[in-house]
Amino acid sequence: MLKDITLGQYFPGNSAIHRLDPRTKLIMLIVYIVALFVAVSWVSYAVMLVFLIGCIAISKIPPKSIVRGMKPMVMILAFTAILNLLMTQGETVLVRFWIITITLEGVIRAVQMMVRILMLITGTFLLTYTTSPIALTDGLESLLSPLKKLRLPVHELAMMMCIALRFIPTLIEETDKIMSAQKARGADFETGSLMQRVKALVPILIPLFISAFRRADELATAMECRCYHGGEGRTKMKLLRYSRLDFEAFGVGVALLAGVITLASFGL
Amino acid sequence: MAPILQIQNLSHLYSAGTPFEHKALDEVSFSVERGEFIGIIGHTGSGKSTLMQHMNGLLKPTSGSVLLDGVDIWTDKKTTRQARFRVGLVFQYPEYQLFEETVYKDIAFGPKNMGLKADEVDRRVREAASFVGLTEAQLNVSPFDLSGGQKRRVAIAGVIAMEPEVLILDEPTAGLDPAGREGILENIQSYRKAKNATIMMVSHSMSDVARLTERLLVMNGSRLAMDGTPDEVFRHAQELVEMGLDIPEVTRVFLRLKEMGLPVEPVYSVEQAVTVLKKLKEGSAHA
Repeated sequence: MLKDITLGQYFPGNSAIHRLDPRTKLIMLIVYIVALFVAVSWVSYAVMLVFLIGCIAISKIPPKSIVRGMKPMVMILAFTAILNLLMTQGETVLVRFWIITITLEGVIRAVQMMVRILMLITGTFLLTYTTSPIALTDGLESLLSPLKKLRLPVHELAMMMCIALRFIPTLIEETDKIMSAQKARGADFETGSLMQRVKALVPILIPLFISAFRRADELATAMECRCYHGGEGRTKMKLLRYSRLDFEAFGVGVALLAGVITLASFGL
Repeated sequence: MAPILQIQNLSHLYSAGTPFEHKALDEVSFSVERGEFIGIIGHTGSGKSTLMQHMNGLLKPTSGSVLLDGVDIWTDKKTTRQARFRVGLVFQYPEYQLFEETVYKDIAFGPKNMGLKADEVDRRVREAASFVGLTEAQLNVSPFDLSGGQKRRVAIAGVIAMEPEVLILDEPTAGLDPAGREGILENIQSYRKAKNATIMMVSHSMSDVARLTERLLVMNGSRLAMDGTPDEVFRHAQELVEMGLDIPEVTRVFLRLKEMGLPVEPVYSVEQAVTVLKKLKEGSAHA
């Protein structure tokens, strides 16, 4: 069912990772991704993996749910692996038939790419699993605020993102409801040709769009009633503040990046 | 005659096997006779909506079974689909499911899905429209140009047009003004009379269920807590209040009168109240 979608689901908790400032987590994610792309050898991958597993252990997120969130990515993973497997030139040829050549280098490359993408996704999941959407947009707004000088509407963008995230579960619930109601009138979404199935979506999409517009309208009115007029002069109830924990995290991040760069410079 | 619907030890688990597992129905059993008008009451989260969605096979029981005319509705795909048409389900705020260009087409959606012939669809649409008091002219306008109450009627007509033997409605009068509420309740009554249909209605208005229904099911904490005539159920006013449910206003007045020492038994409708009070007055006049 639709309810089982776990894309970017937040797991409430009180671990050290949960308590980190969202800005710290965002910066750490960038550091982590950079380190991941600097890493070239199995040794540095092992270092990254230890770091990642450590973070998951601290966050107390059940590994099962991380694996579950990974499922939609299988296609991309498979595609990358096959592409690398076939496209990499190398000296040690393992298999050759027709126009396909598979080399040892290709196999290594494919496995490395898969590991890299898996670790990339897992790292991102860790951020969204441990940070509530509101904290995340808050952090993003704060990190991007220097761009306000370039007249970029940072606050408005953050607000839009926040509202969009907030309404995903609402719309999923709504879709579920409309689907049930149309099924109760004998709508059939599971059988028939492709055309028929696409047509069967009309009784869901039209009510869904209407309700989304209605909600947007109501929300806009409600915001205006409370005198919302954009980011200018707006203050926050919960100010973001770096604590000791954040500086410790930065320390770990710098150490990780330095370590991986050092390893890379030795060709490891 | 055999009961039209039999619910046997019905249990339902949401998100089974995940940390969000939640038991929405717990060993619920009852049966429904043909032509009954049943009210279902219970506070939010007591399992009413989950129960309703089992009756026409929208949800599959985790354990237990739903028998329609003695046949399990999950026997095969065909019986499940038949159950959807024989047991009509009107959701809360059904006007949000309208999608067609005209009222006529929207009401015809259900009958068309049943695979009926064009003239039969036409007959049913017109009949359903007349049950809910829509005029001929209104059939050709866009449902989105109608008022809230009229949209609700169109949505209910869309289910009635399938001519279900059992009509289940989830708070059909929520959010309507008194005239609109009365209208919808009358529409339901007239459908029941014309087709000898069985009606099950979820409602939070205790005076409505007290007045209209012959039998009340009370849901509490995923279980069926009470099953009886409104008379029997409202006699347990104290328990109902403990379940977070309301009792009819007139019952509340009478409970208080009793507390104050008047020799009255709790009633649940205004008509009853009048008779009891008249008797009381005559009694005291004779004394």
